[in-house]
Amino acid sequence: MDVLAEARQASMRFGSFTAVDRTDLAIGPGEVVGLLGANGAGKTTLIRLLLGLLLPSGGGVRLFGQAPSAATRRRVGYVPQTLGLYTDLTVAENWSFTTAAFGIAGTALPEAIAGWRRDLVGALPLGAQRQVAFAVALSHRPDLLVLDEPTSGVGPLGAARLWEQIRLAADGGAGVLVTTHNMEEAQECDRLVVMADGRAVARGAMAEIIGDHTVTEVRCEGWSRAFALLDGKGYQVQLGGQRVLRVPGPAAAIRDVLAGEGLDASVEVVGANLEEAFVAIVTDGAGPAASGPVAP
Amino acid sequence: MTWGLRDVRVSFGPRVALDAVTVPVDPSRVTVVVGGDGAGKSTCLRALVGLVEPGAGTVRRPAKERTGYVPATAGLYTDLTVQENLDFSAGAYRLPAARRARREAEILERTGLAGVRDRLGGQLSGGMQRKLAVGLALLHEPQMLVLDEPTTGVDPVSRAELWRMISGAAAQGTAVAVATTYVNEAARAASVVLLEAGKVLASGSPDAILRGVPGAVGVQGGGARPGPLAWRRGADWRIWAPAGGLPAGVSRTEPDFADAVVVAALAGEGGR
Repeated sequence: MDVLAEARQASMRFGSFTAVDRTDLAIGPGEVVGLLGANGAGKTTLIRLLLGLLLPSGGGVRLFGQAPSAATRRRVGYVPQTLGLYTDLTVAENWSFTTAAFGIAGTALPEAIAGWRRDLVGALPLGAQRQVAFAVALSHRPDLLVLDEPTSGVGPLGAARLWEQIRLAADGGAGVLVTTHNMEEAQECDRLVVMADGRAVARGAMAEIIGDHTVTEVRCEGWSRAFALLDGKGYQVQLGGQRVLRVPGPAAAIRDVLAGEGLDASVEVVGANLEEAFVAIVTDGAGPAASGPVAP
Repeated sequence: MTWGLRDVRVSFGPRVALDAVTVPVDPSRVTVVVGGDGAGKSTCLRALVGLVEPGAGTVRRPAKERTGYVPATAGLYTDLTVQENLDFSAGAYRLPAARRARREAEILERTGLAGVRDRLGGQLSGGMQRKLAVGLALLHEPQMLVLDEPTTGVDPVSRAELWRMISGAAAQGTAVAVATTYVNEAARAASVVLLEAGKVLASGSPDAILRGVPGAVGVQGGGARPGPLAWRRGADWRIWAPAGGLPAGVSRTEPDFADAVVVAALAGEGGR
């Protein structure tokens, strides 16, 4: 089977509100797919459809080749942002409870979290709590892992350890779906799907999402004046390091704004990063009220 | 260093929360304090604004009424409207009437909240709440702006808008200190302090931190873990050789800022 979970032209309407609008999504074994979108873009609803927690108003959803059910639920591991652990139970008690619920009581506590066996989950640092949530979600060797911002708030080494576990599960054949608006996490995925207003508006590897999106890079000793000028004209100016501005918008117009005020600056078109491309993609799709650059 | 912390130590009972931490905060610059949960970021900022008294070291800060501070979980009154929040802050800072009207109008424009000034703070979206909180902290044109995780949990569109506000304050001369868990936010700051377990792992400009990576970083395709000093980047492994000699068959790569941060953390772990 080459697809573990699949939404085909799936829609979800709540009254007159369409949360998910004819969206396709497929996750295969061994791949890590990132689902990106602004708040309210429909990510969470799409996941609830895939897991069978909601029935689609239109289109179809297949999990392991069948309609989502209690049987397919057993093959899914899910770590919500809130982690889904009992904070007033110990690590060992959380483990016993979950493994019993999945009918695999007696499974040994994994080595990675055994050191915290007697600690209350609520008393552990966030990085450790995330490791525990992970181990619990993986306890029944799921074929599909669904993770909501799996490394947010964790320090660099903690995040690296979590990604190692995610990749280990994928290398073992599990499909992984990561929902996030943390671009560092998005960059770790094999493939991305960008949602806006309930629809998938871009999909592909990171390089494909970035595509030919560019920003204008301005290097200038008087960066603060350049910033104020462009900001005043409605450009979504961002800092790009010391005395470097990154500005979505055409270089010629930006050069004119700066030259008009006698500012000596090097102005160059450079490739956008993932975050800049993402903002361009989702605000373009949001219509004229979007907060993109205003043509001066 | 105009403002900031120098060799600051903070203890809570037996627990050392900050150990010899230096954070420079200078006018017209954004300093980013980056680290995970429990690294000591909030304690740094609280020491900076005078909410925590250090056991050792020096803190330089402007007068309290020339400081703007937004804690991680608050910064506005959810049961007041946007306008009432502005009026309350303007009153607390005793802004004279003319300046108050000018600043309130500027902040409403800046935050894009002019159209929702009668909405309760608690009914704003998460991104709008953060923008209002930062706007309130900027109302009295502080010399130093201190923001504790202003973008955590905020979507990338709101994050870009928040950073435009934050950078705009620096462009107008404000000294800005921002705590974040997002490494890519540190990469665009003038000055970065990488914090873990109350200690500084690395500090300086992002370029300097990148240039300061000792030895060599290599890349190897997926598979078994190639050694203790390795981490995943996408499907590949990155390998750090502190002395520079990479194993045979591993090709050398130019580390990016995210790699530099992991290397600093690995080096710090080795030193503990």
